[in-house]
Formats: sequence, C-alpha cells, structure tokens
Amino acid sequence: MGYTIAEKILLAHTGKKDIKPGEFIEADIDVGLGNDITAPLAITEFKKAGFKKVFDKNKIVLVPDHFAPAKDLKSANQCKILADFAAEQQIINYFEVGCMGIEHALLPEMGLVSPGDLVIGADSHTCTYGALGCFSTGVGSTDLARAFADGKCWFRVPVTIKFIYRGKLNKWVGGKDLILHTIGQIGVDGALDSVMEFCGPVIRNLIMDDRFAMSNMAVEAGGVTGIIEPDEITWEYVRDSRRGHPSKTRNRAHPGMVSPIFTLKSDKDANYKKIYEWDVSGLEPAVACPYLPSNVKPVSKLKDVTLDQVVIGSCTNGRISDLRIAAKILKGKKVKSGLRLIVIPATQKVYLQCVKEGLAEIFVKAGGVFSTPTCGPCLGGHMGILTEDEKCLATTNRNFIGRMGHVRSEVYLASPAVAAASAVTGRITHPQKVL
Amino acid sequence: MIIKGIVHKFGNDVNTDDIIAAKYLVTSDPQELAKYCMENIAPDFSGQVRPGDIIVAGKNFGCGSSREHAPLAIKGCGVAAVLAKSFAGIFFRNAINIGLPFLECNDIDKISSQDLLEIDLAKGRIKNLSKNETYYTHAFPEFLQEIVKQGGLMEYIKQRYV
Repeated sequence: MGYTIAEKILLAHTGKKDIKPGEFIEADIDVGLGNDITAPLAITEFKKAGFKKVFDKNKIVLVPDHFAPAKDLKSANQCKILADFAAEQQIINYFEVGCMGIEHALLPEMGLVSPGDLVIGADSHTCTYGALGCFSTGVGSTDLARAFADGKCWFRVPVTIKFIYRGKLNKWVGGKDLILHTIGQIGVDGALDSVMEFCGPVIRNLIMDDRFAMSNMAVEAGGVTGIIEPDEITWEYVRDSRRGHPSKTRNRAHPGMVSPIFTLKSDKDANYKKIYEWDVSGLEPAVACPYLPSNVKPVSKLKDVTLDQVVIGSCTNGRISDLRIAAKILKGKKVKSGLRLIVIPATQKVYLQCVKEGLAEIFVKAGGVFSTPTCGPCLGGHMGILTEDEKCLATTNRNFIGRMGHVRSEVYLASPAVAAASAVTGRITHPQKVL
Repeated sequence: MIIKGIVHKFGNDVNTDDIIAAKYLVTSDPQELAKYCMENIAPDFSGQVRPGDIIVAGKNFGCGSSREHAPLAIKGCGVAAVLAKSFAGIFFRNAINIGLPFLECNDIDKISSQDLLEIDLAKGRIKNLSKNETYYTHAFPEFLQEIVKQGGLMEYIKQRYV
C-alpha cells in the first residue's frame, strides 16, 4: 500500500521505515511557532522543566500578532515575554511590531515554511501551510515547550480524507467559498483527526492566496491539516519568498530536498478514509451563519441580513489578492452610512503593497479604516469588538458565540468580495449586485 | 485512579471560545481563567462548579483554537474529569500534555446533569451511581498512558534529558 503526501512527510521526519494511520510516532519538526497568547505559556513550561537552551534557534518562530500592537498592559507583558526570550535564545525569527504580520500570512511570505516541511504551531490555524504541501498543524503550548527542548513532537498518524473539486468556478467564487462549502457539507467534525487533502482541477487553477484560505480553515472541520500537493504555482511562490528574505532562511536546509526518495505527491495506491468528489460549477459565494462555520448558506439566501460592521483581513483572507478584490468592488463607492468597515492587511508587505497600488486610498475614501496588521477583531481581541445585538460580516474563520465580542453579537463568515459588496449596501450582498 | 463527582452537562461542539473567551487570554493562571470558564454558554458554571465535579459533553468537545488555556481553565475550576462523545484533536493533545483526565464515551446521552459518576480511568469504566448504570469505554493507548502517568508531557520528556 502506498502513502498519502501527509504520511510521506511524517515518515520522512521520523527515521522509521514505515508508518501507518493510528500509530503513535515522535517526529523531528522543521519549524515550531508561537504567538503572544501561546508562547508565554510555552516559555514558562520550558523553563519550569529545567531546560536552558532551545534545540535550534533557527527553527523557532515567534510572532506577537494576536493582541499586538499591545492592546493593554497585560498584553504588553505577554509580548515582552516573547521579546525577552527571543533575545536570550538568539532566535532570529522573532518579529517585532514593524516587521510583524499575522503569523500564517507572514511565515509563507518570509519563506520560512516550504513544501515537505513538518511544522507545528501553538495556534490552530497553523494548518494554513498545508497549502504549500507541508504537514503543518496546530498544537498546544506544552507541545511547543517540548519542541523548544528537543525539536520533537508526538503524533498519532492521521488518516487522510481526499476532496476532489471539478468544474469551473463562477465569477466571485474562490478558495474561501470552496472551504466554506466543504465545511458546510461535512460539518465541524467531518474531518476530525484526519488530514484533508484538497485536489482536482479546480485546486490546480487556484492562486496561492486562495489555497491558503482553504487550508487555513481545515481545522474548522476538525482537520489536522489541509494539504495540497505542490505544483509549479507553489514552487514559484516558494522561490519568490525565499529569494526575498535570504538572511531569515539561510540557516535552513531546503526541506523539500531532504528526502529525495519521496516525491511530494500521494501514491496512486494510497489509502483514504473517504473520498469526496464535487462538481463546484454552480457554486454561489458562500456565507457561514452564526454560530458555527458549518452553518453555510448561499449568499442569495441572506440578503435580508443587515450589518453593523464588515471586517476584511485575518490569516484566512488578509493577503494582497484578497484586498485587491475588495478594493476593486469598493473603488469609487461609499460604505453604507452607519456601517463600520475595518480593513486589516495581514503583513507589513501586504500593507505597503496596498499603499503602492492605491488600495489603501480606495478603502479610506470609501469610508473604511485601514489598520496595521493584527489578528485583533477576529478573536474578539481589539480593533473592532461588537456590542450587544450587532452583526458583523467578516472574512475571518470563526463565528462562535461571542467570538468577536458580546455573546449576543453575530458573525457571518464570507469572502473578501462578499464582504466588500456587503459593506456598500449594509446587508449581505452578492458582489455582482454592486458592480 | 478513581474519580467521583457530580455531572455538569453540555451539548455538542463546545468550542474553546465557549470554554474560555479570547479576551481572558492575557494570563495563563488557571485560577484566574477558571473565573470565566464556560462564560458565553453557561454564565453560572464557574460559580456553581465544585472541586471534583465532572464535565460531560457531546461530540467534538474543545473544537476551535489551540489555546491550552481551555483545559487549564477547566482544571482551574477543580473539574476532575471530562467525558465526551469525541474530542477535537488539539484539545485532546493539550489535555494529555497537561494531565487533565478525560475519556471518550458513547453513552453520554444516558447521563444527566447532577448525576453522580464514579470513573475508573485505567479501566475505562464509568459508574452512574444516580441511575445505577455502568458504561464501558476504551482506556488510553499505552503511549498516552505513559505521558499521563509521568504527570504530563514535560515531565515525560524530562526523564530523557535529566
């Protein structure tokens, strides 16, 4: 029996001759990531256990992004714990405000994660890098503390579920709609403890930003990671990002090359727990309604939902192509009177690109605000908290009760195109209605 | 290890924002986190829960974020064990790693709030003393039992290096 791409990557990081789903393994990681919420706890556990030096200062990445720039005194303390630890351990990939971005947009952009890598992050959306053909998954702070110590992590080798997307996507339908549709079909535990492998001709035609949006939300279906076999689109992205930041990546071997015996593709006779095959030609832009990401409806069914706020950004949809789509719709228009539009580019690079291309000007002239990178409102942290009975449409990834503020506020999840169109009309709107 | 306690019952897909909302993640002190545990879905929970009590929930308990603050908040409340039909992946590993006792159980629907349970973790046996019923489930695989026995992941790996 052959291996799936996810099994191949895990196997290549164990030194074993064979692995099979269900088996417990300990594997060597390529990258361990922490943020201002999870890393302080990891650092405490690391020190409490008596460890002094991290296993490899080049393989640890620390990004204060959730409550940064620090929203209050306690958050400032959390951020400082990261800065101090990075200095003490000489961790080169610590990103202070000014070079900081939302971690799951930042790491790929900086070339810090590559096809074939085994990546763990003390953040559930670490599954995002599966879009590059990594085995990349969210873990807890204690897992990260352990990885600080010896560069290893335990796994129960997951089964893989294959998702094949065929057909031709409608205009205004992209990666976010595909993943919302998928979660709507299988539910929030439809891929529990499983790898989601996204493939088929529709995936091959997606640009990287759309692939990141898909892999990002694998965890919303319970997925361990959302993996996509690398192709020329992937490698071009990786080459560009690594070229841009040689000083950050120079200490890392090219992991895709580490195990030349493996191609980064699933074998033809690989074993899947389940295979879904969908023709997505007729798919409408999708919206996840409160209070689960699986409560998905087509945008046309929700035109009576009025909104108080629209957020465009996050590790799901804060990349340059997301903001370009939003700006295209908002150009020359005004957001609905009384509605708050908050646009948050995911990284400094995206921010600068928005300024250069005039997108920032479009957002501001439309009556939106254009913020420094932060996770901020997505998790009800800061920069756009909702009060009682307010409704928000966001390009983020979770719409749980109270996620963005008051327990009686509501979050609807959708693509940047739907978000921009809805900001103009003040209700949930199909993008073609405003153009 | 035998755990005996009163049940607090929850539904399906209890997420980590339900267990502890992100706005409280500016600390990792379990006692502090405990004050706000389940606030969004059961505002009275943190006031009512007593040390030794047991959380019983449906499928996919702990879905959502990776925050270890979620099992820490539950531990901080003094909850002795969590039973659920299934657990989300990261919550599962966090609970193992920090030594929060939990078991997957198919008979959740037979258990009611305020029932008195007696759980034998090693045997995977749950006695419902209020209903005079016994439910059986799988004990953890050996690898996980070893981590739990050592008192969590850091203690487990310390043995190798100290």
